[in-house]
Amino acid sequence: MFDFTGLSNAVIEGDNDQVQAKVKEAISANVDPLAIINQGLIGGMNVVGQRFKVNDMFVPEVLMSARSMNAGIELVKPLLAGGEMTNRGTVIIGTVKGDLHDIGKSLVGMMLECSGFKVIDLGVDVSPEEFIAAIKENDGKILALSALLTTTMLSMKSTIEECVEQGMRNDIKVIIGGAPISQEFSDQIGADGYAGDAAAAVELVAKLLQ
Amino acid sequence: MASLQFNELAYTNLDEFIYGHAKKPVVCSNGMVIGGGTVYPEVNLTLPTMLINTETMPKVLSQYEEMIHGICSKAHELLSPGIIIEIELLPPCTFNPQWGIDVTKVVKGVMNEYYSKFGLKSLLRMTVVDIREGKTLTHMYKGEHWDNVIKTFRGCAEAGADFLAIESIGGKHLHDEAVMNCDLPRALFSLGVVGCRDMVALWDEIVKISTETNCIPSGDTACGFANTSMVMAHKNFIPKVFAAIDRVMCAVRTLVAVERGALGPDKDCGYEGVYLKAITGIPISMEGRTAACAHSSSVGNIAACLADCWSNESVENVRLLGGMAPTVYTEHLIYDCRIMNVASARGFALEMRDILSESDRMYDPQAYILDPGVVIKISQEIVKGKTHFERTKIAASATIKELRSAFQDGLLQLDTKELKYLDIFEKQLKLIPNDEAEFTQFMIKNSTLDKFDPAKYDFNFDVVAK
Repeated sequence: MFDFTGLSNAVIEGDNDQVQAKVKEAISANVDPLAIINQGLIGGMNVVGQRFKVNDMFVPEVLMSARSMNAGIELVKPLLAGGEMTNRGTVIIGTVKGDLHDIGKSLVGMMLECSGFKVIDLGVDVSPEEFIAAIKENDGKILALSALLTTTMLSMKSTIEECVEQGMRNDIKVIIGGAPISQEFSDQIGADGYAGDAAAAVELVAKLLQ
Repeated sequence: MASLQFNELAYTNLDEFIYGHAKKPVVCSNGMVIGGGTVYPEVNLTLPTMLINTETMPKVLSQYEEMIHGICSKAHELLSPGIIIEIELLPPCTFNPQWGIDVTKVVKGVMNEYYSKFGLKSLLRMTVVDIREGKTLTHMYKGEHWDNVIKTFRGCAEAGADFLAIESIGGKHLHDEAVMNCDLPRALFSLGVVGCRDMVALWDEIVKISTETNCIPSGDTACGFANTSMVMAHKNFIPKVFAAIDRVMCAVRTLVAVERGALGPDKDCGYEGVYLKAITGIPISMEGRTAACAHSSSVGNIAACLADCWSNESVENVRLLGGMAPTVYTEHLIYDCRIMNVASARGFALEMRDILSESDRMYDPQAYILDPGVVIKISQEIVKGKTHFERTKIAASATIKELRSAFQDGLLQLDTKELKYLDIFEKQLKLIPNDEAEFTQFMIKNSTLDKFDPAKYDFNFDVVAK
C-alpha cells in the first residue's frame, strides 16, 4: 500500500520538485495511476481548497499548489488510457455584455480549475450568443456569469433567456456572482445558484453537478 | 520620454501637510478654491439596476436628473459652501460618446439651476471610463476604442464638465496577473514601465482637450491596480503588505498625469493621491469611511488626513429610510467636511489630522502608508529615482523598509504570514536588475500576448533600451 501523505503534502506546499519526485516514486512502485491522481495529487489539492476557504492560504499559494499538482498529472497522463479522468465537468465562464471587470471572474475560474473542472474563460463583455456558442462547442455543463455593475446585471437575465430560446436551458446549470449580485436576484432571473466568493463558487458547481 | 519633473517634494514641513490646504490650489471660475483651506464634499453616484441602451436612455437621464436634484437640494439645505459632483460614466456611455455627453448636459443643467436659484456653488467632475480593453481592442492609441474615449472627453468638456478625469488601465492585465501571484517584478513592469508610458500618451491628449475647452485636467487613479489589490487583501486572498507596497508603487504611475499637466484635484479612489500631494502640491480628493457603501477598507479615518475633497466613491440610486442613497451620502459628506473645516478654523487641524491617522494606522499596513509622516518619508526616497522604472522600484523597497521598521518599533501590527511575505517581496525585488532595458526584455519574454501585446501599445523595445 503506497503512502500518499508525502505526495499530498508536497502539493499543499506547492513544491514542484518534491511532487515530481513522489509521483515518480509511485510510478516505480507500480501504483495505479488513477490512485496517484485522486488520492495523492487531488487529495492534496482538496486540503488546499479547504484551507483557502478558511483564509489559511493566499491565492498565490493555491496557484503554486495547482501548478505542482498539474506537474504531477503530466507525469501520470501517459500511463492512462483516454485522459478524461481529471475533468469533473466543463464550466463556461465570462463577464456579461457591457461589463469589463475581469479579476473576480478569473479568480473563480482559477479556483474551479484547481478543483479539477475544465474551465473555458470567454473574458469580459461577452454576449449571450457567445456564451451559447461556447456551451455548444465545449459541451459545457455549467455557465458561470459575472457582473460588477448595476447596469450590467440584467445582461445575466438576457443570457439565461437566450439559453431558454435555444432550447438548452435544461442541459446547463447557470450560476451567477459579482459585487451587486444576491441570492434574491439569482432567484428573480431564474439562475440555478449564486456564489458570494470563489470558494463558494467551487462548492456550488460541485453540488450542481452531483 | 520627457524628463521627469518633481525632483523635490512640495512639502518639507510636516505641519503644513494637512487636509484642506494644498501648495498648488485649484482656483475655479465660480470662486471655489480646492486646496485653499476648505474641504469640500465630492459626491459620486451611479444608477440602480437597469440596462443602458437606446430605449432606456430617457430613463437613464431622468435617474441622473433625480439624483442631482436630491444632492443639490441637500447641499443647499445644509448650507454647504460648495459641492463637487463626480459622474463616473458607465461603459455604454463611453462606447457611445453622445450618451456620455447627454448625461453631462443633464447633470450640469441641474447644477446650474441650483446656482442661479439659490447661489449653490458646484463643480462637475466627469470621469470617462477607460474602455481600451476586451476582445475587439485593436490598439491602445488608435481605432474605435481610443476614438470613443477621446470623443467622450471632448464632448463632456464642451457640455460643461469642470474637471476631466479617468481611471486609466494601461498595463492592467499584467497587473492582475501580478496580484494573483503576488509577483512584485510583474507589478513593477506593469506600473513603472508599461503603465507610465501609457499615462504619457493618454494624459497628453486629456490635457490638450482641457486646454482647448477651458476645462481642468484633474487626475487619474490606480483604481484598476492598487484598488484591486486592496479588495483582494481585504478578502484575505493576498497579503495586506502586498496591497500596501502596490499602493505606493502606483503613486509613480498616477503621478505621470501631473507630470503631463493635470492640476488636481486628484481622483477620490486613488489613495496614492497623498503621495502626489506630497510630491507636487496638487489638491486631492480622498474617500474613507464614507465609501463603505461601495467597498470596505482599512483606511476609513486616515484617508481624510490630507483630503481636499471628501468623497463616497460611489452609491447607487436606491431608497434608504432617510431618503435616496446619493442624497443621504451627501449629508454624510457635508457633516464630515464641516467638522474638519471647523477644526481648521479653531486652529486644531493638526490635532484632527493626527487623531485621524492614529485611529487607523496601527491596524493595517495599507493604513500605515497613508500616515502623513510616512508619506513624506517615502516620497523623499521616490523622487530620488531618475526614471519611472527607478521610482517605482524605489517605492517598493522604501515601503518594505518602512513597514518592517514600523513593525519592529511597535507602530504597526503584522502577523507572521504578513512578515513572511515581506521577506519574500524583498527577495523578489533584489532579483530585479537595475537596467530597465534588461528587465523589460526579460518581462516581455515571460509574458503572454493576452496579458501584454507590445504592438497594441506601440511599445518599442529599442526606445526602452536607449
